[in-house]
Amino acid sequence: MRVLITGIASPVARRVAGHAVAAGHEVIGIDRRLWEGCPGEVTMYAVDLRKRAAEEVFRKHRPEAVIHMATVTHLKASTEERYRINLGGTRAVFDHARAYGVGQVVFVGRHTYYGAGADHALYHREDDPPMAVSTFPELADLVAADLYATTALWRHPELKTAVLRMVYVLGPSGTGTLASFLRGPKVPAILGFDPLFHFMHEDDTARAVVEALGARLHGVFNVAGPPPLPLSVIVRESGRKLVPLPEFVFHVMRGRLGFPQLPPGAMTHVKYPVVVDGDAFRQATGWRHRIEDDACLREFRRTFPVRLG
Amino acid sequence: MLFIDPAMLARVEEIELPWSVHGYDPYGISKRETARMFTLFSLLYRRYFRVRATGVENIPLRGRAMLVGNHSGGVAIDGAMVITSAFLELARPRLAQGMAEKFINRVPFASLYSSRTGQFTGLPEHAERLLEDERLLMVFPEGARGTAKLYWERHSLVEFGSGFVRLALKTRTPIIPVGILGGGDVMPTVLNSYALGRALGAPYVPVTPYLLPIPLPAKMELHYGEPIVFEGTGAEDDDVIGGYVERVKRAVAGLMAEGLKAREGTHS
Repeated sequence: MRVLITGIASPVARRVAGHAVAAGHEVIGIDRRLWEGCPGEVTMYAVDLRKRAAEEVFRKHRPEAVIHMATVTHLKASTEERYRINLGGTRAVFDHARAYGVGQVVFVGRHTYYGAGADHALYHREDDPPMAVSTFPELADLVAADLYATTALWRHPELKTAVLRMVYVLGPSGTGTLASFLRGPKVPAILGFDPLFHFMHEDDTARAVVEALGARLHGVFNVAGPPPLPLSVIVRESGRKLVPLPEFVFHVMRGRLGFPQLPPGAMTHVKYPVVVDGDAFRQATGWRHRIEDDACLREFRRTFPVRLG
Repeated sequence: MLFIDPAMLARVEEIELPWSVHGYDPYGISKRETARMFTLFSLLYRRYFRVRATGVENIPLRGRAMLVGNHSGGVAIDGAMVITSAFLELARPRLAQGMAEKFINRVPFASLYSSRTGQFTGLPEHAERLLEDERLLMVFPEGARGTAKLYWERHSLVEFGSGFVRLALKTRTPIIPVGILGGGDVMPTVLNSYALGRALGAPYVPVTPYLLPIPLPAKMELHYGEPIVFEGTGAEDDDVIGGYVERVKRAVAGLMAEGLKAREGTHS
């Protein structure tokens, strides 16, 4: 199948490209960033998804499927920029998909869609509401992109659309929300809370995306690998030091003295878990994770060692 | 930090839960924190409240089941003792999982330890999922109204909620009634301060004749009855469900009455 991957220069998308090529797909990629060392099997275009040049890629290659991974999760980008990329980019994907006869779209979203809170249930199912807009308003653009992609299920029923809500990724690339949170030697926590964090290895994430493509999924699916672990265990096993702080101190220390910079909304995600039920995806695709949580954490520890002073 | 009795840790390991290499189940229940809890609770159960449990053979050794009992005594010490009885008295220990009041998850440490010991926020989603996972659920259909009973109301029952029956029907779960005596003697509440409760984020704070809500070393009794199985889907009319709720309530009341009668016989 001829597959176009948006945001292909990100480490996880590169792995997706690798697995897609290995599965016999012809891969075309677009990204504003360059992919140095892009393998010969991948046709790469350094273009902005929201610009005319990207539409030209759709016109020229007529992809049969699109894997949309050109979303921004880090909160360093301005709110306006995030909306332009995450929501505007998603709209462009579906517009071009319709215009150029794409048969299948896989939207790669995040499990943080469900949000965290004191009275939230563990193990969200796909029909749970997007509470992140209330508990973590800084994620509203990602929630909006997810919901926009979901509307394609009824707006364009002829287009096979899979909306995947992936748990955090962790792996040797060191990218992603959880990896950024674990980057320094000291990881702050809120005293008296130790939420479960749901994550999986970036290679399992990439395989899951390609499996969704192969299974021609149509619907919304949570994607999760090993069961979640408490933050304290993740920090310990990744060779970091947990620093529990009273909530008001945590609030003040964000971004200071080596602690990660977090927006105010992230506080709920450091107090309460976001855990998802990935059974529907496993049943629909037969996909299973291959890398256990402890192996994933060991690799992260080895790849990003820190000195505990 | 409270000491962990190695015997309790060994018994926790016998609980049939899918523990990970790190000692957690998929819900975040911790082997060590559960053993720490039972180190304290077993002392309270055996030495302080000298709990007597009858009919424990009615609790299945595996598979989904719902323990449904009566509350009294200001705070849920009765619930803690029911959990401990399922852990200590059965041939193979089980972890009974209660449905905690929502405010607990907002309180530092209380949130952490209730989660690590499997006592999750009382949400229908949690209850249903745990039963589908073949767990042992503990339900007090009187809710906070039950623990708010005053000393002289301790052997009465207030209105039962109906959600537990709908859930039992939907998940095809047997209900094991349990009549609990002594909760009101342990914590003889003479009034409840709802204003103080609001200030602390709790429904109320029980006030005893000695003012503080400290439990007394009174004896407690747990009387388990035979499983009750209802046939249906959980979508029945309120009238039908109400009838089933009344049947469970009568079973709990009957077990309490039998226990009281036996107690009077012992004392006479």
